[in-house]
Amino acid sequence: MSIEVCAGTFSYRKNTPVLQDVSFSAESGEVVAILGPNGAGKTTLMKCLLGFLPWERGFTRIDDQYIRDIKGKELWKRIAYVPQAREPAFSYRTEDMVLLGRSPYLGNFSVPGKKDYEIAARAMETAGISHLRGKSCSQISGGELQLVLIARALAAEPEFLILDEPESGLDFRNQIVVLDLIRRLSREQGLTVIINTHYPDHALRVSDHALLLFGNGAYLFGRTEHMLTEDHMRAAFGVDIAIRSALINEKQYTAVLPLELIGREEKDTWTNR
Amino acid sequence: MDIRKKYLLWMAGMAAAVLLFSIFALCAGQYHIDPVRVFQELTGRAPGGTADNVHTVLFNIRIPRILMTLIAGAGLASSGAAFQSLFANPLATPDTLGVANGASFGAVLAILMGFGAVEVQLMALAFGVLAVMLVFFVTRGMGQRNPSMLMVILAGIVISSLFSALVSLVKYVADPQDVLPVITFWLIGRFSEITRASMLMSVPLILAGCILIYLLRFRLNALSLSEDEAKALGVNLRLIRILVIAAAAMTTASVVSVCGVIGWVGLLVPHIARMLFGNDNRFIVPASILFGGLFMLVIDTIARCATTSEIPVSILTAVIGAPLFIILLRRTGGMRL
Repeated sequence: MSIEVCAGTFSYRKNTPVLQDVSFSAESGEVVAILGPNGAGKTTLMKCLLGFLPWERGFTRIDDQYIRDIKGKELWKRIAYVPQAREPAFSYRTEDMVLLGRSPYLGNFSVPGKKDYEIAARAMETAGISHLRGKSCSQISGGELQLVLIARALAAEPEFLILDEPESGLDFRNQIVVLDLIRRLSREQGLTVIINTHYPDHALRVSDHALLLFGNGAYLFGRTEHMLTEDHMRAAFGVDIAIRSALINEKQYTAVLPLELIGREEKDTWTNR
Repeated sequence: MDIRKKYLLWMAGMAAAVLLFSIFALCAGQYHIDPVRVFQELTGRAPGGTADNVHTVLFNIRIPRILMTLIAGAGLASSGAAFQSLFANPLATPDTLGVANGASFGAVLAILMGFGAVEVQLMALAFGVLAVMLVFFVTRGMGQRNPSMLMVILAGIVISSLFSALVSLVKYVADPQDVLPVITFWLIGRFSEITRASMLMSVPLILAGCILIYLLRFRLNALSLSEDEAKALGVNLRLIRILVIAAAAMTTASVVSVCGVIGWVGLLVPHIARMLFGNDNRFIVPASILFGGLFMLVIDTIARCATTSEIPVSILTAVIGAPLFIILLRRTGGMRL
C-alpha cells in the first residue's frame, strides 16, 4: 500500500507556482515528514495531496488509483486526516469527537451503532486517551486534544494517516507522546504516515523519508538523514545550522541547532544553483 | 450521571409536561372549560354534541392552536439548532439567511395588493424561499466554486436588509387608514389568526423540515467542524448544506406565513438543550423539537390568558426570552460550547 504524488504543480496566482513538479511517495509502515520555511507550501502540498485543492498538473494516487476517481466515502475510509488541533466552535465530548471518525462508514441519515462505539473505544485506547472519556474537548489540554483528533482519525481504520503539524504548540512531553504514537502506528500497525512539521529534530526522530521545500518551487526528497543536512537546511531556512548527535543511555539522539541568520543574497545563490 | 440517562429522563419529563400543559391549555382561556368536560369532549362522550359552544371552542379554536404552537416551536427550535451547526456559530438563528424578512415582504406585498388570506400565505412562502435562493445566487456570483460559510452569512445579511427595506417601502406606500394597520398587525408574530386552511398549507412543510433535520442529526456534528475536517470525514458537504438550508428555510418560511415573525425560540431553546446535554446534535435536535414545542405552547398560553385582550406572542418571546437567557448564562457560567 502506497501513496504517491506525481509531478504535482499548484499555483494560487497564474504563473507563480507554489509547488512545481513535486513527486514523492510513501510506503506502508513508513513515516514521511514534510519540512520547509513558512509560506513554502507545506500546507498547500497537504491540501493538494488530499484533494482539498485541485492539482493544476500531476496527481495523487494510492495503489495505482487516482484519488480523484475514488468516491468520497471510499476514499476517506482509507485516508484519515488530522488537522492542527484548534478548539472547535462547538466542543463535543471526547468520545463523541472520536466517534465522528466513523462518519465515512455511515449513511447521511444514520447514527453510529454498537460496532462503531467499539471501534471508537479501541481507537481511544490506542491513542492512550481512554481516561478522557466524558470530558468536553474544551476542558482538555492542547496535547490531549491532538490525541483526540488522532484517535478520531484512527476510528476510520485507515491505511494512510496524514497529519498537519501534529506536535506544534505542544510541550516537550506531549511532543514525544505524539511522535512516539506516530512511530508506533507506522511500525506496529503498518500505517503509512505523512506529517508536516516545523522541527527538523522531530523529522529526524520519527521519519524515514523527508521532503524539504525551499520556498521557490525547488524541493528535495529522500532518506531523512540525507535530506536534513546542515547545508540543505541552511539553504531552505536561511539560517546557519549545526547538527549534533549524542549517545545517551546507549541511544543515539540528534539535535538540530539553529545558529545565526545568513544574508538573503547568499541564500538565493544557493537555491538557484 | 450518564449523559444518555439524563437525556432520556429529561425527554420523558418534557413529554409529560407537553401533555399536561396541553390539557391545561385546553381548559384555560377567556372561556374557561372544566377539565372533566374536556375529557368528555375528547373521548366523544360529551353531553352537548357537536353543535355545542364548548365543542366549537375546543375543536375549532383551541386544539388547532395548541397543535400549531407545538409544531411551530419545534420547527423554529430545530432549525435554529441546525443553522448553528451549519454556520459553526452558536448565535445563528433560523433567520440567518433572511428567510423571515423575505417572507414578511411577500406577505405585506400581498396585503397591499388586496389579496386574501391564502394568497398572503402563499406569497410569504414564495418570498421566503426566494430570499434563500437569492443568497445562493449572490454567493455563486462571487466567482468561487465552493463559497465559504462566511460568504453565505454575509450574503444573508445583505438579502435580509434588502427585504427589510422593501417591507418599509410597502408600509410607507400603504394606506394608513385601513391597509397599514393590517400590515403592522400581520408583521407581529401571533397565533390568533390560524385557520384550518393555513395549517394545512404549513404544517406538512414544517414537519418535513423537522424530520429532515432529525435524520441528519449525526451529520450536523461533522458539519460544525472546519470545512476540510468535515470533508475528510467523508461528508458530502454540498449535499448536506443544501438539505439543511432547504429544511430550515422551508420551516421558517412556513411558520412566518401562518404566525408572522417570532424571534428568540430558535436561539434560546437550542441553548437550553446545549446547557443540559452538551453539543452532540443527536441530543440537541430531538431535545430542541420537544422543548421548542413546549416553550411556544407555554408562551402562547400566557399570551392569550394573561390579559383580557391577547398579547402578541412575539413580544412575549422577547420579553421572557431575553431575561431567561441572561439568567441561564449567569447560572451556568456561560455556555459549554
